[in-house]
Amino acid sequence: MYRYDRHDQRFIDERVAQFRDQTRRFLAGELTEDEFRPLRLQNGLYIQKYAPMLRIAIPYGLLSSAQLRTLAHIGRKYDRGYGHFTTRQNIQFNWPRLEDVPDILAELARVQMHAIQTSGNCVRNITTDHFAGVAGDEIVDPRPYCELLRQWSTFHPEFAYLPRKFKIAVSGSPVDRAATLVHDIGVHAVRDQDGEAGFRVLVGGGLGRTPIIGHVIREFLPRAEILNYLDAIMRVYNRFGRRDNKFKARIKILVKDMSIDVFRDHVEADWERIRGGPGAVPDEEVARLASFFDAPPYERFDGEDASFRAALADNRAFSNWVKRNVFPHKVPGYAVVTLSLKKTGVPPGDATSDQMDAVADLADAYSFGELRVSHEQNLIFTDVKQAALLALWGELKALGFATPNIGLLTDIICCPGGDFCSLANAKSIPIAESIQRRFDDLDYLYDLGEIDLNISGCMNACGHHHVGNIGVLGVDKNGSEWYQVSIGGDQGEHASLGKVIGPSFAAVDMPDVIERLVDVYVERRHEDERFIDAVRRLGVEPFRERVYAEAH
Amino acid sequence: MPKLIKDRAVVDDAWTLVREGSIDELPVTPVIIPLGLWQQHRDALHERRDVGVWLAPSDDPDALAGDVSSLPLIAVDFPQFTDGRGYSTARLLREKYAFAGELRAIGDILRDQLYYLQACGFNAFAVRSDRDAAQALRGLDDFSDNYQATVARPLPLFRRRPEADRDVATQSS
Repeated sequence: MYRYDRHDQRFIDERVAQFRDQTRRFLAGELTEDEFRPLRLQNGLYIQKYAPMLRIAIPYGLLSSAQLRTLAHIGRKYDRGYGHFTTRQNIQFNWPRLEDVPDILAELARVQMHAIQTSGNCVRNITTDHFAGVAGDEIVDPRPYCELLRQWSTFHPEFAYLPRKFKIAVSGSPVDRAATLVHDIGVHAVRDQDGEAGFRVLVGGGLGRTPIIGHVIREFLPRAEILNYLDAIMRVYNRFGRRDNKFKARIKILVKDMSIDVFRDHVEADWERIRGGPGAVPDEEVARLASFFDAPPYERFDGEDASFRAALADNRAFSNWVKRNVFPHKVPGYAVVTLSLKKTGVPPGDATSDQMDAVADLADAYSFGELRVSHEQNLIFTDVKQAALLALWGELKALGFATPNIGLLTDIICCPGGDFCSLANAKSIPIAESIQRRFDDLDYLYDLGEIDLNISGCMNACGHHHVGNIGVLGVDKNGSEWYQVSIGGDQGEHASLGKVIGPSFAAVDMPDVIERLVDVYVERRHEDERFIDAVRRLGVEPFRERVYAEAH
Repeated sequence: MPKLIKDRAVVDDAWTLVREGSIDELPVTPVIIPLGLWQQHRDALHERRDVGVWLAPSDDPDALAGDVSSLPLIAVDFPQFTDGRGYSTARLLREKYAFAGELRAIGDILRDQLYYLQACGFNAFAVRSDRDAAQALRGLDDFSDNYQATVARPLPLFRRRPEADRDVATQSS
């Protein structure tokens, strides 16, 4: 993974010193609440319902074991011994003290981590495919470009006070595992007719209260122009995006109001001016960044490991776990393992400090000391020997991270919700848990196959409910918590937005509602038809009918 | 006389900022006037070498395209420091229109934004009158460098990394 040189280190050290002084001045009354707010937000610090919340960046989802141990330590020393991994490859701590935050940032800086621009109206953490570099279908390894974009976006002086927050995701593969179609900017690796790799650029996607699938602004961008082109997009947005209404301030609204064609004309005109200028990225810089992501020293294996094959045949529980939680690796004899943070009874995405330490040890023992955080809020070991999978499975079971449910109904994406977040209309974690409890029969879950269930506690959509095959949105009705259900959403390269099935439900009814939706699917599915495909074929109506038939 | 940060020093500000007014009321001393007034009276005011123009966040810097070589001063207003449009305005004035005169940030100008403002091409800062300009001056040194291509350093760090390495080595030896 990328390692800071003295420049990178100096910048974050200077940032810590800057924020320490800003915090001091705020506490001394020299900065008002309004003056301090954007400064603390751009250092990841929210003032939440019960306490501040600190969101720490995990740039494009990559973590070393040493970094994870530092997060565990921070959880223990400054928080209540756990953290929450988010849908944008960040980690949040929900109970730090404002006075401690400069010290926390200083501890992070020692392991080349930070909380820079994890909130506020600026460019946020760059996210990407959690299988980057090990997926067989990759056109371009997105990680060097993610690091390039991380550096470009970090302290970008022109774009620190945008109309609203700004999220960028990069995919190096035709299969989009980074939800790029619902980001402010999505960057996709593509090849032109001569086989040259470049980027397709999408703009104006997003969730929140106005969910929109991104528009293609440029079908093919030479790789060297990525920063110049993004500068041009950001500049048009910074100048013309609405600032009078925060609910209409995202770039998606500007693109919609201007039309994608007019927006593109503005961007292309500005790009022509700066194209080929100092912001053009020399090949040497890309090569320098790429050198940090060279493959680890893999052992050579010829084909599949024999002991692994034998264990698959003998051990049904192990083979179930492999089927759901292990992804093929491009190198023979290796595998990609997802650690499920979706055990029933534990808030999705949560991990304790002790678990983090244990995972760090396992990463050292099994996966070259590195791991990933996925936007589905799970952890990933990308480089595990097939011969070691059985042993690793045993260790993960003991930790509670071997629930074999990746991609299944209980692998729920879920925001912190009303238990923690001051924006939420409703709780989300107890809903996830009640559904997980209802669907606790693993055989039945396997039979249902892939179903994405996403839950957000409010229309800010941190739980990505619009793109869940089943989406649940917490709403407030006269002070009580209700849940609106949509179906037919999907992420990835065929991204679509779910349709609301009808009036909302009380929390206690949610497991029944989900069960009825699933029943319709089970009764009417074709062989090997996934839930999302059945919804697309059948439409919302049969599902709606069943759910509301007797309940109302 | 009010204080101003200019070219990294606190100086007396000789310019009067006219937020709104008519041509007849303008002082005879150096004055910064709204874009609208300038556009109406450009010919009459051109003789004076001590008239500057200020731009609101929504003003297009293109409106001054023909004036950049003769205007001694352009100011960009930040009604609230969280309105970041002026950063792009400044950058366009410097990079697209090659304005070389004094580029001044006015309005809600505070210490914690000075580094970014400077990077985008401002060389003068009318710090909000209830704050101490000398204290605010320190904000210009919050960071020693940055990654991006900026007005202050036109080459991004990735084009300077080996050279910057040498500088750091020299400083620390």
